[in-house]
Amino acid sequence: MSDRVFGGIGVVLAIFFIWQATLIQESFIQDAVGPKVFPVIIGTVLGLSSLYFVLKPDPEPSWPRFGGLAEIGFAALVMVIYAMALPELGFGISTAIAAAYITWRLETPPLKAIIAGVSISAGLYIVFRLILGLSLARGPLGF
Amino acid sequence: MDVLGSLLDGFAVALTFENLLLALIGCFLGTVMGALPGLGPSNGVAILIPLAFTMGLGATPAMILLTSVYYGAMYGGRISSILLNIPGDEPALMTTLDGYPMAQQGRAGEALALSGIASFFGAFFATWGLVFLAPLLVKVALLFGPAEYFALFTLAFATLGGIASRNQAKAAFAAALGIGIAMIGVDGQTGVPRFTFGEVHLYDGIDFLVAIVGLFALSEVFIFLEHRASGAHKGADQVKIGKIIPSWSLIKYCTPTMIRTTILGFVAGVLPGAGASLGSFISYSVEKRLVDRKGTFGTGDPRGVAAPEAGNNAAAGGALVPMLALGVPGSGTTAVLLAVLLALNITPGPLLFTQNPDVVWGLIAALFIGNFMLLLMNIPMVSLFVRVLMVPPRYLMPIVAMVSFVGIYGISGSSFDLLVMVGFGVLGWVLRKLDVPLVPVILGVLLGAAMEKNLRRALTISDGDWSTLVASPLSITLWVIAIVGFILPIVIGPMIRRRMAIRRKDEEGATVD
Repeated sequence: MSDRVFGGIGVVLAIFFIWQATLIQESFIQDAVGPKVFPVIIGTVLGLSSLYFVLKPDPEPSWPRFGGLAEIGFAALVMVIYAMALPELGFGISTAIAAAYITWRLETPPLKAIIAGVSISAGLYIVFRLILGLSLARGPLGF
Repeated sequence: MDVLGSLLDGFAVALTFENLLLALIGCFLGTVMGALPGLGPSNGVAILIPLAFTMGLGATPAMILLTSVYYGAMYGGRISSILLNIPGDEPALMTTLDGYPMAQQGRAGEALALSGIASFFGAFFATWGLVFLAPLLVKVALLFGPAEYFALFTLAFATLGGIASRNQAKAAFAAALGIGIAMIGVDGQTGVPRFTFGEVHLYDGIDFLVAIVGLFALSEVFIFLEHRASGAHKGADQVKIGKIIPSWSLIKYCTPTMIRTTILGFVAGVLPGAGASLGSFISYSVEKRLVDRKGTFGTGDPRGVAAPEAGNNAAAGGALVPMLALGVPGSGTTAVLLAVLLALNITPGPLLFTQNPDVVWGLIAALFIGNFMLLLMNIPMVSLFVRVLMVPPRYLMPIVAMVSFVGIYGISGSSFDLLVMVGFGVLGWVLRKLDVPLVPVILGVLLGAAMEKNLRRALTISDGDWSTLVASPLSITLWVIAIVGFILPIVIGPMIRRRMAIRRKDEEGATVD
């Protein structure tokens, strides 16, 4: 079933891709093939292979239960927030929070996870900023 | 001989303090990453790419660092195979068969030492193979025009699923997805934006480093979150290592095995789409058929440890041949290394040998030096790495995630790239669940633009006549190999898989080398 859904999404994606390819504005500079043909070929391969999974799906993979899916979803959400907060809060604070979250979710008691988060953040800051001289995001506190 | 002359020049490049230090760091980090279950050679190299860039390393030092990681990971994979019966990475799967039984008999130290020597043997002679074979392949590659290159790229995609591929449609899907992603951005030939939806960030296209780190490193973190890091690391401390000096008679006993499997592994590495996993698998099964008269393979036969280790390390060297000489990688890790070269503005392929001989030969010389470092690290100092195995993944995985973010942010300084990377991380997790191989996606993102460029150049030369793609005997040969390579796994794949499945196959190990 998963494969059929996946194949269905693939077919829709392929049709969308080919449709978008036909909308590409042609330029006055032109070669024999143009910018549209190759994407259309690729879109076709994408569509045909997706059609194959719809018709001949593999055995069902073991999806996690709802809790597992929520786990992945929240982790991705934390990472998205991390990416957006990085320029605002700076490297030190955001990294400590994000690392503590992931450590906590990997079954570490909360207090230990916070310590781990802070140490990971500090450790990376020392290695990357102080030793290697990389430019990390600066926050209001200067780190 | 001019090859040896070039190699000597290479040693002059490699033997600087900076390069030796980088090789040492690379070998050490590589062994650690190889040893840790879940981090294989391709993830290991992917995580360290941003580091190499942000340190502002030049092309040669960066390649020396990253290929040392690659070789190191190949050595390191055996440690957890032998001690824990968990392959540290995919190619080390076959080493569990005889390595773990040896450890249970209290001969863990011997198994570690012997496999270290076998790894050295395989890698050392494969590097010699690289020295002699790559320049020969370059001579062939100089005959390639755009049409032949297009056929060669198709061949690389068609065979990348590998002989043991489960579902060729999924491999094709993955490749098309990757190439499709590569189409995003301004078209290099006519200057028109494609698939950008008016988003300015997309005009530059999607950076393949972002895609690689997301697909390999972040998706690994998600896999661990899903399984909550369950019990993979128990018991490392209970294993007695025993003496770590193997007797001469044992080495002598295994030498014929090592010679045979080095050759097999090297050939498997050079062939497109095979890679180190197949190298170790073929080595083990052929050796079992040849010398296992008393049925001791699988119960702790030292030759069963030496065979896959020599095989996979030789394959690792072999896989560098098509990557350097043709610019078309044969395995996942070499695809990642290719990304590094492209990002450093160096185009691998025949011209690399004439335009940047210092990079090629410096790299090869560094591989020889790295091999000796690895031998020293992996035999007398092996207990150090055994201790690393005890770092629980719940502390390790957050570090992996954060290093990925730091690295990508360090290159571009843009939150948008980080968001794209998280997107690739989730995509990588879903694709792994659905058993879609990730390596073709990466290769597509990497090579899609070059593939299209060659197609369009070929057709511009022929003035729009598509038959130019099959006009030369060389391109016809490449097309035939591509078609056979795509269809063969459908016919004989189930057979090989059944044999590989005799041992529990790690379902999550979807980043096949």
